Amino acid sequence: METAFYIVAAIAVLTTLRVVTHTNAVHALIYFIVSLLSMALLFYLLGAPFVAALEVIIYAGAIMVLFLFALMMLNIGTAQDEQERSWTRPGVWVGPGLVSAVLLGVLGWVISEGGQVRGQSDYVAPSEVGVALFGPYLVAVQLAALLLLAGLIGASHLRRHERRTIMSDEPAEPSSDRSTGSKTGKGGIG
Amino acid sequence: MNPTIQTLLLIQGVLVGLLTLAGLLVWVERRLLALWQDRLGPNRCGPGGILIFVADGIKMFTKEDWIPPGSDKPVFVMAPAIIVVTALIAFTIIPLAPGVSILDLNIGILFFLALSSMGIYSTVLGGWASNNKYSLLGGLRMSAQMFSYEVFMGLSLMGVVILSGSLNLHDIVKAQSGMWFVVPQFLGFLIFLFAGLAETHRLPFDMPEAESELIAGYHTEYSSMKFGMFFVGEYVGVTLISAIIVTLFFGGWQGPLLPPVVWFFLKTMCFILFFILLRAAIPRPRFDQLLAWGWKFVLPVALLNLIATGAIALARGN
Repeated sequence: METAFYIVAAIAVLTTLRVVTHTNAVHALIYFIVSLLSMALLFYLLGAPFVAALEVIIYAGAIMVLFLFALMMLNIGTAQDEQERSWTRPGVWVGPGLVSAVLLGVLGWVISEGGQVRGQSDYVAPSEVGVALFGPYLVAVQLAALLLLAGLIGASHLRRHERRTIMSDEPAEPSSDRSTGSKTGKGGIG
Repeated sequence: MNPTIQTLLLIQGVLVGLLTLAGLLVWVERRLLALWQDRLGPNRCGPGGILIFVADGIKMFTKEDWIPPGSDKPVFVMAPAIIVVTALIAFTIIPLAPGVSILDLNIGILFFLALSSMGIYSTVLGGWASNNKYSLLGGLRMSAQMFSYEVFMGLSLMGVVILSGSLNLHDIVKAQSGMWFVVPQFLGFLIFLFAGLAETHRLPFDMPEAESELIAGYHTEYSSMKFGMFFVGEYVGVTLISAIIVTLFFGGWQGPLLPPVVWFFLKTMCFILFFILLRAAIPRPRFDQLLAWGWKFVLPVALLNLIATGAIALARGN
């Protein structure tokens, strides 16, 4: 099982790297989906099948489809690929690479000190996840819900403003069309 | 070794059975549609025309397999495989008889929901990779349709989970020995039926391929067996949704006299035929009507159903 864990972890790291480095947005997104799937498998291997399934349903299944929907609307072509390539010249990687290397060093140091890295743990039943969410972590769940609600209201407000302008435009155009149409029609008869 | 061989045989049986059924459904669907529309349908090849699926298969395999030059090749090739693979994997958790299923997962329902949400990528990515306006529109419609209908697909099943107290499909079937869940969860069943129709993009909800507006939608550019994969995937999907409906709402393999597998097969066939009847009977709504109806009507009903079921279960103290 330990080898399985390391294989899946390696896939997760590699695919996530490809998400960052890929110039084609949709291909990067497909790598992101694979990365999320391997994350779900990691959760499963650590004894949390419920969280693993939710990871696939919510992140890999729903949110990534939403991302893909937005990308398809943007009509990204080869021109954008070129633009991405020009932004990600080798020189750009130096700063983030150094910072990440420091983080990796710290992680290695913590692990070698025998820090809290959980290995094969017990099976976590779905009901335990529910009890944890609605028991000790209830405040956090409520805060997250409030945040989402704020986002929802914001989106609704923006859309409402937009619709009002469209509505005020819309009746004007067809009616003017119709009037010109009837005028020319009359002109034709006359 | 013995259990391993048993599992392998079971996998083999399910795989062969499903793909044969998918092939036969081509014939069943065309003959039944013809019957309901007062025409003959395919009746030349074999007794009653049953060998039409062999002829179709030969045709598909021998057609030119063309990849459009402007397409995104790796994604274009990968897309049709996803729909078949996810639908077939989801079948592993269906209990065919007492204690008989390829996988016995404690999170059975979630496993099904996860795989069905993965299956969407097939049509969405296929539509995008074709680099064709109509395909792209089909793909866009599919993604919008799916993330609307997936929300209450999960919610509609939670009533069943509350009543049976388990996410395991075997336990859910056993919990229905007294009464099928379709009686206390009739709303849940209806909502799941709508969501299942949208999921398999069958005719009343087939806006992603709407041939009168979008040519063939997301698979306009697909030919030969790549198109065949979408075709087979659709039939396997219909069979899967029917099998899940039977398992969750109609007592699964339970029934008197006949062996459990036969009961399961008969009930599943009933729903497959019902899906075909819906295709013959109901016209296609407009796309915005479908989405508005989903968000403004079905989602609140699904939530109310969940709240009521939860309240009753709590009042009864179980």
